[in-house]
Amino acid sequence: MTFIINGEEQEVAAATLADLLAALDYDGEWLATAVNGELVHREERTGFSLGERDRIEILSPMQGG
Amino acid sequence: MLKLYNVEVQSRLLLGTARYPSPAILADAVRASNTDIVTVSLRRETAGSRSGGAFFELIRTLGVRVLPNTAGCHTVSEAVLTAKMAREMFSTDWIKLEVIGNHDTLQPDVFALVEAARILSGEGFKVFPYTTDDLVVAERLLDAGCQVLMPWCAPIGSAMGPVNLTALRSMRASFPDVPLIVDAGIGRPSHAATVMELGFDAVLLNTAVAGAADPAGMAAAFAGAIEAGRMACHAGMLEPRDMAVPSTPVIGKAVFS
Repeated sequence: MTFIINGEEQEVAAATLADLLAALDYDGEWLATAVNGELVHREERTGFSLGERDRIEILSPMQGG
Repeated sequence: MLKLYNVEVQSRLLLGTARYPSPAILADAVRASNTDIVTVSLRRETAGSRSGGAFFELIRTLGVRVLPNTAGCHTVSEAVLTAKMAREMFSTDWIKLEVIGNHDTLQPDVFALVEAARILSGEGFKVFPYTTDDLVVAERLLDAGCQVLMPWCAPIGSAMGPVNLTALRSMRASFPDVPLIVDAGIGRPSHAATVMELGFDAVLLNTAVAGAADPAGMAAAFAGAIEAGRMACHAGMLEPRDMAVPSTPVIGKAVFS
């Protein structure tokens, strides 16, 4: 399926958010995810089904003021 | 002692973690500042990079409380989603709420700020709003559920120091029981001492420390200035006057002519 991942269009074979993270080698307890503007909790990723052109945000900690 | 949302904090300096020359220098500055609270942010992660992990671990080893921000957000929905992602990431319901309204001054969009603060307070967040020194906006933020206010004293990163002392003074007088943290615009320790002398509860800094030639040295200087300003405020300062007053008593002075 085609997704918009962190603003970039990408083709990934993934049915759920957990599948997608694994397929793209995202790992880390610090990651936070959102799909189509809604937070998807860590524990919900396995059961969270994705659809064509879903907008996925994958964020990690950074320095800030 | 300063209480922020029922959490007691010792240090009245909150320190940003951005723009340091290296993670080691950031760590030195945090230690030298003696701060209890550092601000952090969130960014898009690159596949397979795990770049956020090292910073996450660094913050953890420093043993300080984190205050995530919504820096770079320009709309209510962006700020609300970022806050939710920050809560998940950093396991805290504290959020420094920034909703920027102007690209040049990074002035907050206070209308969106109040709306976002209301939504987030309703969802259990402890909101630290980055706001202006406007009293009406401050009132609205308190109505929206904020229990702390963070007015700027000058634009972010400008290092100008307090540009409107009258506004800061009236803010302090208008909200005597609300923790007020000056956030943004401080350039040097004397600026921090000045706002603490006015009775502000704390100061949030980043660029003034991170951009110094010796960030750890500057962090210690700020810690001292903030403490000095606080002590002076409590000790009761003289008001300025136009004419001189001799400090040495003149009674009994010898007359030689």
